[in-house]
Amino acid sequence: MKKFILVIFALLPMLALASGGGVHLDKAGNDLTDKESLKRGFDSYVSYCLGCHQLQYQRYNRTFADLGISEEEGMAKYLLNGQKPGDHITNAMPAKDAAKWFGTAPPDLTLEARLKPGADYIYTYLRSFYLDSERPFGVNNKVFSDVGMPHVLQGLQGVRGIDEHGNLTPAVGGSMTEEEYDVFSRDLANFLEYVGEPSKLERESMGYWVLGFLFIFFILSYLLKKEYWRDIH
Amino acid sequence: MSNAPVNNGRRRFLTAATAVVGGVGVAGVAVPFIGSWNPSARAKAAGAPVEVNVGKIQPGQLIRAAWRGKPVYVVRRSDKMLADLAKHTDQLKDPESLEEQQPVYATNAHRSIKPEFMVALGVCTHLGCAPTYHKGDFGEKVEGVVNGFYCPCHGSMFDMAGRVFQSVPAPLNLVVPEHSFPTADTLLIGVGQGEV
Amino acid sequence: MLVKLFTDFMGWIDKRLPVTDAWNKHLAQYPAPKNFNFWYFFGSLAMLVLVNQIVTGIWLTMNYEPSGEGAFASIEYIMRDVDYGWLLRYMHSTGASAFFIVVYMHMMRGLMYGSYQKPRELLWIFGMLIFLVLMAEAFMGYLLPWGNMSYWGAQVIISLFGAVPIIGDDLTLWIRGDYVISGATLNRFFALHVIALPLVLVILVFLHILALHEVGSNNPEGIDVKKPKGSIKPEELSKFKFHKQYTDKYDIVDAIPFHPYYSVKDIMGVAGFLIVFCWVMFFAPEGGGYFMEAPNFEPANGLKTPEHIAPVWYFGPFYTILRIIPDKLLGAICMFSAIIVLFLLPWFDRGVVKSMKYRSTAHLVNLIQFAICFVVLGVLGTLPATPVYNLIGTVATFGYFGFFVALWFYSKNEKTKPVPERISG
Repeated sequence: MKKFILVIFALLPMLALASGGGVHLDKAGNDLTDKESLKRGFDSYVSYCLGCHQLQYQRYNRTFADLGISEEEGMAKYLLNGQKPGDHITNAMPAKDAAKWFGTAPPDLTLEARLKPGADYIYTYLRSFYLDSERPFGVNNKVFSDVGMPHVLQGLQGVRGIDEHGNLTPAVGGSMTEEEYDVFSRDLANFLEYVGEPSKLERESMGYWVLGFLFIFFILSYLLKKEYWRDIH
Repeated sequence: MSNAPVNNGRRRFLTAATAVVGGVGVAGVAVPFIGSWNPSARAKAAGAPVEVNVGKIQPGQLIRAAWRGKPVYVVRRSDKMLADLAKHTDQLKDPESLEEQQPVYATNAHRSIKPEFMVALGVCTHLGCAPTYHKGDFGEKVEGVVNGFYCPCHGSMFDMAGRVFQSVPAPLNLVVPEHSFPTADTLLIGVGQGEV
Repeated sequence: MLVKLFTDFMGWIDKRLPVTDAWNKHLAQYPAPKNFNFWYFFGSLAMLVLVNQIVTGIWLTMNYEPSGEGAFASIEYIMRDVDYGWLLRYMHSTGASAFFIVVYMHMMRGLMYGSYQKPRELLWIFGMLIFLVLMAEAFMGYLLPWGNMSYWGAQVIISLFGAVPIIGDDLTLWIRGDYVISGATLNRFFALHVIALPLVLVILVFLHILALHEVGSNNPEGIDVKKPKGSIKPEELSKFKFHKQYTDKYDIVDAIPFHPYYSVKDIMGVAGFLIVFCWVMFFAPEGGGYFMEAPNFEPANGLKTPEHIAPVWYFGPFYTILRIIPDKLLGAICMFSAIIVLFLLPWFDRGVVKSMKYRSTAHLVNLIQFAICFVVLGVLGTLPATPVYNLIGTVATFGYFGFFVALWFYSKNEKTKPVPERISG
């Protein structure tokens, strides 16, 4: 019967293999505990992304609290007149017009990091725009072919071309160096991973306590079982 | 059965220890279930403090604000209204506001922070109807009192400080919510004076 | 004083409802074979997971909004705005997968030790009904988050009913209550998921346990612990006191009272299980994309199919059988047959020896190939269809059904090993 367990567990790695594949993504190397990075990411998000992409399930005050921004500072910096700290992070773009302008309405990005393969995807995506005159906005993306949005961050990154092997050429003409833009992208990816699941850090820290507790309980119950089963021969 | 004698002490100890640790576990599991009944972030956002601009309220005018789903009456009392407050105290149930129906900082003759602004929940302390504001014609209800509030449900009556009159069903004065004035013209309902 | 109060109180109750008797009959004096192994944990674990699903499910309904407009947002509301809402939801979503892992192990145990054989046919049937209702429960529950995978998964499965001749199209329309999957579908699935099916499930579990205690537990040796009355010498009888319902009719050997011996053992099993369960729940609640699928983090969109529609992993084996057969009706028939043959297992197996330990090598090989085929079918169900995978799937499907066919043939005159009279050790 032990054989069965072994056979079944030997087959499990097949599942792991099955989940791989797809385009190559660069490692974002982001860190959810790095609040400064999250703050910069939030700041960039509001400046560059929020105009089109809402975070309609996430509230401002939750974000302020989790990122360590005081409510006064957050309100002064991020809230428009009339918005309340408990409001969701939304924009005023009418969905109908948006669909007309871009073909499809720009998606909400609250869960983007969970929908796509995580922060790595966002990090790679932000850095993979290249010139493509056949696209309506003149750019395409290596990890999201025929992307419907313009390269909003072109002024920061500059423009990249694509060579005959399908590799991207270095960016030219941006206000940021390549390293600065990488950090910028990492911060945004980090922030979006946070927004995808704001309770993630709490979940993991709670997990250690629960597992520790269960370990003690398991040892006790094992000793109890052994004690009782001394009766049985 | 075992040949070795059963160690009852050890068995009892382990049973008790497992039961106690298991009990702690069950209590721990109960935490999220109980905790999830607290007001959610949505409820808290809906119940967040409300700002009211009081700069443009005319003397004698009442405006209504909504706070936590309840109407809040804000009245800019005229000098006469304020002066009248002292004249009918013998007809009130609790003229000194001894019952804790208002924050400490509003436990005074005019039941407010600034004498001119009355701030009270428009919820009758009898059965929760909204009293109507009678400006100038309150004398029909209580002789000699010009202004006041009359509850249409069961006829409870309150004066211009939200104090309840005698021989009406309502037992208590109107509730004065936590409030403060961050600036001269802004009233913040839900945050008490001196908080934040 | 307190003890006397309690005794009096129980006496008062027992005169009106035989609580103490039921406790003794089913726990404190229930004769359980002394040789249960690892595989026997999964019955009590299934019960634990059932309770978890019911309790967390009740709590989720407190904040869930069953409507096409509000469902998706209400899940995010639970995940973000409700205190501990994320924990309640992960307990439920991880519990769903855990339920199937536990139930599949529990069923495998039955296969290995012949627990479905006479006289436990009805017990097995109740178990299979539980499995069937559980699949319906999981399928309907999966629509409720109203994610894009919820939507398209339901679309695929409901379309299956279109394969039914003549009434197929009307049937799918009737199940959906709309021309597409819509709020109407969501609402009826919600009602069935939170009220009707759990009720059926609990009743079936109750019957499953009653039937078990009527015929008694099997064990890894497949040797009955209930011997004909008078066949055992008094000094060889079990030293423990068992309920007279069992001892009046039988001589009990090699058995121990369920409580305390198996209750303490099962508590240990629960602790071990919870370590694995909580590890997944707290550190990998998405289960590598198998417990919660990525496309479900996007609201249902009837105009946009996810790139790769896969059912949740636990439907994998049956989904693969459906998919590899190029004919819609035949595919659906084969898929349902795969479940029906399990129902009929007690009659496919014509042998009398229960445990694989004392059965022929052919049977052992057959069992192993069945387990492998089942897992392979499951893995394939989560992968995109390619010609190679379909070929493997076809082979595995033959292996799956072949198990039952072969069993029917060889079990009639199987060369078994001699089964001892008593459980040794």
